[in-house]
Amino acid sequence: MNLTIFLLALFDGISYAALVFIVALGLTLIFGVMRILNVAHGSLYAIGAYATVSLTGFFLALGFAPVFAFPLMLVSAVLVGVLLGGPIEWLLLRRIYDKPEVLQLLVTFAVFMILEDVQRLVWGTQPYFQASALQALGNVTIFGVTYTVYQLILLPLVAIALLIGLRFFLRHTVIGKLILATTEDREAAQSIGIDADRVFLFTFVVGAVLAGLGGALASPTTSILPGMGADMIVLSFAVVATAGLGQIGGAAIAALMIGLGRSFAVYVWPEVAVLVPYLIMVLVLLVRPEGLFGSPVARKI
Amino acid sequence: MKKLLTTSALLAALPLTAMAADKPAALKIGMTTFLTGPASVFGVPARDAMDIFVANLNAEGGINGVPIEVTYIDEGAGAEALTSEFRRVAQTEGAEVMLASISSGNCQTLAPLAEDLKVPNLMWDCGTQRIFEEHSYDYVFRPQGNATSEMLAAVAYLLKTHPDFETIAVVNQDYAWGRDSWDIFHTALEAMKPGVKVVGEFFPKFGAPDFSTEISRLQALRPDVVLSTSWGGDLDTFVQQAFQRGLMNTSTFVLPLAESSLERLGSSLPAGHVVGARGDHYFLHPERRDDPDFKGFMEQYKEATGDIPVYSVFHASQAFAALKTAYEKAIADNGVDWPDEDQLLAALDGLEFQGLGRTLHLREDHQGVESQLMGTSAQTGEYPFATLENIMIFDGEGLLPPVGETSTDWIKGLDASFVDGLAVETYDN
Repeated sequence: MNLTIFLLALFDGISYAALVFIVALGLTLIFGVMRILNVAHGSLYAIGAYATVSLTGFFLALGFAPVFAFPLMLVSAVLVGVLLGGPIEWLLLRRIYDKPEVLQLLVTFAVFMILEDVQRLVWGTQPYFQASALQALGNVTIFGVTYTVYQLILLPLVAIALLIGLRFFLRHTVIGKLILATTEDREAAQSIGIDADRVFLFTFVVGAVLAGLGGALASPTTSILPGMGADMIVLSFAVVATAGLGQIGGAAIAALMIGLGRSFAVYVWPEVAVLVPYLIMVLVLLVRPEGLFGSPVARKI
Repeated sequence: MKKLLTTSALLAALPLTAMAADKPAALKIGMTTFLTGPASVFGVPARDAMDIFVANLNAEGGINGVPIEVTYIDEGAGAEALTSEFRRVAQTEGAEVMLASISSGNCQTLAPLAEDLKVPNLMWDCGTQRIFEEHSYDYVFRPQGNATSEMLAAVAYLLKTHPDFETIAVVNQDYAWGRDSWDIFHTALEAMKPGVKVVGEFFPKFGAPDFSTEISRLQALRPDVVLSTSWGGDLDTFVQQAFQRGLMNTSTFVLPLAESSLERLGSSLPAGHVVGARGDHYFLHPERRDDPDFKGFMEQYKEATGDIPVYSVFHASQAFAALKTAYEKAIADNGVDWPDEDQLLAALDGLEFQGLGRTLHLREDHQGVESQLMGTSAQTGEYPFATLENIMIFDGEGLLPPVGETSTDWIKGLDASFVDGLAVETYDN
């Protein structure tokens, strides 16, 4: 393998990792704070993508410039977080925080199944493609290989901004500190006057916005079709499990490992590219069952 | 005495009942199709088309006065649900004929089941060539071609239009069709143009949302030809991403299933790439587009769905035509009001019928002989998506191994002269 190929694989791996990380970030945030593995995260990702495609298509048809697709991604992500994430936490999850983990998993899985059918009902079964945002940024050519600026530069930048932003938010703002306090010990936090219900609601909405944003950012690069949410939840779960549940910085490292592992596999041994994310997860979990950055915890029961 | 009379009357009537079935109130048929899952890009249009065919025929009075009723079974629900639904529709609901299915895996499961249940089954869309090469069935027929004829047509078109290419790479979906179609294509290429070098073989997982790495790799490899037999969302994503990154300017793409993605791909499928249609299926079929039945259906379909029909619609039309023609033939041949099962099976043997494409016929092994249409993409501005030019329609007969031979053995024995021996009609557009 020469240096050119090494660098090409590196670029591909980074842009892939960026997208996976953005989705995994929301999943791990929700788990870290609320101790709930939200399978419906995959649906929120898919609906974020669908919403972006529909909104972009609508506004472009009205004659807006393609650059307008970028604010619409944010709008879609916030809509998903508020209109879907909010009610899911408020109506369902709030009732099951003290229930067994299996039940929690089943409830979010049920929400996932329901939302999958909702997508089919609203958007049908035909694939959509809406790449205006990506085309607006153009291409760059490196070593004779053409990349899109969107995938090679924008996605990694957004991922880094989100990582730094979220860490700053949690450690240096009042609301962030409230979230950390509630995560540490819900009862103690409540006893000093923190409204844990609101903290949970807020966290879940933020996590859902991140899922929607992942979908919105993915939408110009791929076909939007039923089933895309299931794929993404499996992959982002692999990232989160490899990192250790609830580990935000760790998720970034794990996403990079999985992204790079996959892209190098395509260059060196394409047959195993599909397996790589899961091989990495299995290898890590065999050595460290709590994940790369997780710390062992006593079982609840 | 009375008993004796009744018995004699019954015995006298017996030959008659053996000759013909009672005319049913309705001809019930069951059709398996993908209503959910990725393959619903084929299944839903086929169902919409079937609704139109049935409504049209029933408006004319059905078959010999018997209207048709279709029950749809979702192939997307999984193999177990599919087989039990198939059983239920064939047995409990009393469907006389079944149309199954889209997925090759499902065809391989349902063909022996149809045989067990003794219900005539028309395999209306699945591609695997193995069914009649590895088994023989009394109740199973295929009113369409198979993977062998489809891949050989693609190879033949490529060799005719790009005789000088030297390198090829493949990007197929990682499941039975992706692997099998590449096996056939590769074997045929080795037999007919032995010098071609395969520089890359990629099998990204079924439903992969991202082909960026494969595309970078292909840009570094610079193959003359990139083959992909992918379909649906996978094909759309691959072509879009390849187009966005300029790969389609440096390599010629061969996309044997791209006819079904033309409308969705819009301007992202530039001119000069090879497009196939799994048969002579194209909404501007050069030999059929001016025929009243063809034009009439295109208008009806456009009105009902807002889209142009894709190949699965043509496959549904062929299965429906085979069904209708077989019943009419059985009724006429036997001079009955309604045929019994044996009469229907006899009519299906060697049947000639015509759907929306050219006339087809069934061989003695029940395999359909279907012409294959291939073309090159062109952006003419007449439609907001690519249409085809330099269209070739290959006669199906030359693209199938003789009855009793397996495709692999037959293709290995072919050579460069195969392409010149094919019967083909060429059209500018």
